[in-house]
Amino acid sequence: MTGNRVAKFFLVLFFIGLLATPFVIKRMSAAREADKSRTDAKTALARHGFYLEEVSHAAGINFVHQSPKLDPKLDPIMPEVASMGASVSIVDFDRDGWPDIYVTNSAIGSKNALYRNMHDGTFKDVASEMGIADVNQPGTGVSTGAVWGDYDNDGYEDLFLIKWGRPELYHNDHGHGFTRVTEQAGLPPWINANTAIWFDYDGDGLLDLFVGGYYSEDIDLWHLTTTRIMPDSFEYAKNGGRKYLFHNLGNGKFEEVSAQLGINSRRWSLAAAAADLRGSGHPDLFVANDYGVSELYFNDGKKFHDVGEQTGVGFAPKSGMNAAFGDILNQGRYAVYVSNISEDGILIQGNNLWVPKEGTAANAVKYQNLARDFGVELGGWSFGAQFGDLNNDGTLDLYLTNGYISLDHNRSYWYDFSKVAGGNSTIIGDAKNWPAFEGRSLSGYQSKRVWLNDGAGKFIDVAQAIGATDTYDGRSVALVDLWNRGALDVVVANQNGPLLVYKNTVAPENQWIEFELEGTGSSHSGSNRSAIGAQVTLFWNGQRQVQEVSGGSGFAAQNDRRLHFGLGRNPHIEKAIIRWPSGKVQTIDQPAANQLHKMKEPA
Amino acid sequence: MSEQTSVPVVSRQTQPSQIQPHQAPAQRKPLFSLDNRYIAPAFITCILLAGHLSFGILESYQKTLLAIVTSILLELVLGRIFFQKWIHPASAYITGISVGILIRSPAFWPYALCSAISITSKYVLRVKGRHIWNPSNFGISVMLFLAAETVATLSIQWGNYLLPMLVIWVLGSVIIWRLRRFHITGIYIASFIAFAFLRSWMTGSPWQSEIAPITGPMYQLFIFFMITDPKTTVRSKRGQCLVVFLVAVVEMVLRLYQVVYAPFYALFVVGPTAMLVEIWLDSRRSNATKLTVAQ
Repeated sequence: MTGNRVAKFFLVLFFIGLLATPFVIKRMSAAREADKSRTDAKTALARHGFYLEEVSHAAGINFVHQSPKLDPKLDPIMPEVASMGASVSIVDFDRDGWPDIYVTNSAIGSKNALYRNMHDGTFKDVASEMGIADVNQPGTGVSTGAVWGDYDNDGYEDLFLIKWGRPELYHNDHGHGFTRVTEQAGLPPWINANTAIWFDYDGDGLLDLFVGGYYSEDIDLWHLTTTRIMPDSFEYAKNGGRKYLFHNLGNGKFEEVSAQLGINSRRWSLAAAAADLRGSGHPDLFVANDYGVSELYFNDGKKFHDVGEQTGVGFAPKSGMNAAFGDILNQGRYAVYVSNISEDGILIQGNNLWVPKEGTAANAVKYQNLARDFGVELGGWSFGAQFGDLNNDGTLDLYLTNGYISLDHNRSYWYDFSKVAGGNSTIIGDAKNWPAFEGRSLSGYQSKRVWLNDGAGKFIDVAQAIGATDTYDGRSVALVDLWNRGALDVVVANQNGPLLVYKNTVAPENQWIEFELEGTGSSHSGSNRSAIGAQVTLFWNGQRQVQEVSGGSGFAAQNDRRLHFGLGRNPHIEKAIIRWPSGKVQTIDQPAANQLHKMKEPA
Repeated sequence: MSEQTSVPVVSRQTQPSQIQPHQAPAQRKPLFSLDNRYIAPAFITCILLAGHLSFGILESYQKTLLAIVTSILLELVLGRIFFQKWIHPASAYITGISVGILIRSPAFWPYALCSAISITSKYVLRVKGRHIWNPSNFGISVMLFLAAETVATLSIQWGNYLLPMLVIWVLGSVIIWRLRRFHITGIYIASFIAFAFLRSWMTGSPWQSEIAPITGPMYQLFIFFMITDPKTTVRSKRGQCLVVFLVAVVEMVLRLYQVVYAPFYALFVVGPTAMLVEIWLDSRRSNATKLTVAQ
């Protein structure tokens, strides 16, 4: 090698500079990163406009989730295969105007809970008296989630119970109890699912049901005939459970139509959500899959079209565990948030924030992953996440829970996990080839993320500062104004952990508005009574934000059906436009702030 | 194999005894008419394309392209400055594409940085005219050390299925055989499998889980492109066998300590050490020869 000394000196200097670059970048990103300091409520309120206080015990909620114990053949890796099942969904089951909370349990013999809102800051578990507590009986599998929708348009929300086992449909008897109608509805005898959503895909005014399988439906996890039940690939697995699309026939019966309508997938689904992404008037379906790519189905009202690759969201395989929509830029368009796995130095999948590309729309819409640009990419082993305006400043924030398996603080399973995950399908696909867990953790004890949206394309994590300081193995998040105060509270279901209720206190100068929608329930020209799929676009202070009533989103979760908009200070609200699933459009001029507006679909 | 064309002619001329695998023996009819200099780049490109078209392994074309372009540009610039010639880009292409495949990061900068560190290391970390680290092994190991919160390496792509792996193994073996370096790959595989069973016996883990890594895609690149690199392996065939066995030994020890990237780190440690020993032995021999001539 030739070259003069000066050149060699600069070469060495350049090399040192290259080696130092990661440190510099780390310091730079740390400087603009999260507010990780724990602060008192007053400081958090002043600095971020809100703070959270965990009040479950004070509210009379003492629920602790129990994981399932599956076939003994899976004992060595039981913490991994039995790592899901904690879920939370919000429903006003008795129509008293106060949101209630339903949570699932997952051990055989354990009971689910329905916390009735007592209007005084407390809740009372009424699941047993209502008949939806003892739903994890031997031979029927265990609960992994629940979604609520008024499938018969009688004005009361009915319950679909997602299970690893026999799925259940419970009819709500006008808030006085529930009747099991699974057989009458024509549901299959066994599905190992973690996600389901209510939506009216064909606009007939009747809620239909999508269910995404995880383990194959021919597996009884308590009585295994084989240990070959695992995914045959960490990123390209197609040996998971099938998908179901139950078309509501209107007589209490459902017809399974997934294949004939274009949904044929055996990916390992963990989350689904539906919204009208193209302004077509029909809800499109987004499915986040573990061990593979996400799927996006455009819905033309009659058929579903798999456009995952075409739109950009179904290209890079990751470990999808969440699907939530949010108009994060107040542009009247939804972004989609999908959570994945990130573990320093081992697996950096990064979460996805799919944002519609500028200049693309309708059927030609393309999405780009801007999670890194927006600062919502790294959230550990991420699970449930929901968009909501936590500080009522007028932009949607993002609450993410995380943490996979928290056992021994000092011993990690990651080495063994990565060893097998990279192996051939014949190895990874057989549970007996996986090394024993032996009490080790796998991405456990993780700090949560509460990302505040600055409205200009950046989210800042303030979880520690505003009081979201738990480190449980979070699974499911639901946002709801629990006490009708105009503030979004946060309910978090943790695997093998307590149900957390974070009460939100928001700076009073930030105003808000809420909408409670109810469809006519007419199957001729009206919308489903739950108004699932109805969109409200709010115009204020020269900006607009769109939100949609959801029949399930996040991970095994359902937010309150009431739509909550933060408005910031001194808002001037121009109008709210409601587009009902029936296609009817209703405009409300200058609706008052700081109020809940109860709207019924015009006949 | 990856850096077989990387050391400029100036360096080759200083080491006449070094194996030049791209020069096929005159008496043997070549299996391929393609210049051997292009075989490795062609092979790795085929792997990339096959993996991408069958499984979509590239999260982003741009990131892989960034790694390749950075690698080639830097090689050209540094070659011009320090060797006063335009270096053939085949080697830099392999480094760049290896980085593009092996590194996984949601960010763009690690791809450029890893390529830059890899290529620059060839010009900085030299002893008696020879660079001692496999460039991409050095770059990736450094990134894993220094930027763990942003970077991981590929370990789970290619679908975990048998067919693509078999195709790559067969093609790779033929090419490696053609380049007369199959003994390196062979010894490594045999050692890895033997140590896998030993680890299984020692730790009680299922033997399948210990074998699993070598059935994955990361190892295919490691086996065919990193450990066979002529410029960063010792010259004698026996020495090469010993060194690659020692790589497997160190990897075995690291695996007992549950180091996720054991093979990279094993090569990172053993490769340069072996090179330094060889350079030291060469130096001793040279001094002895000079002494004899002088007498």
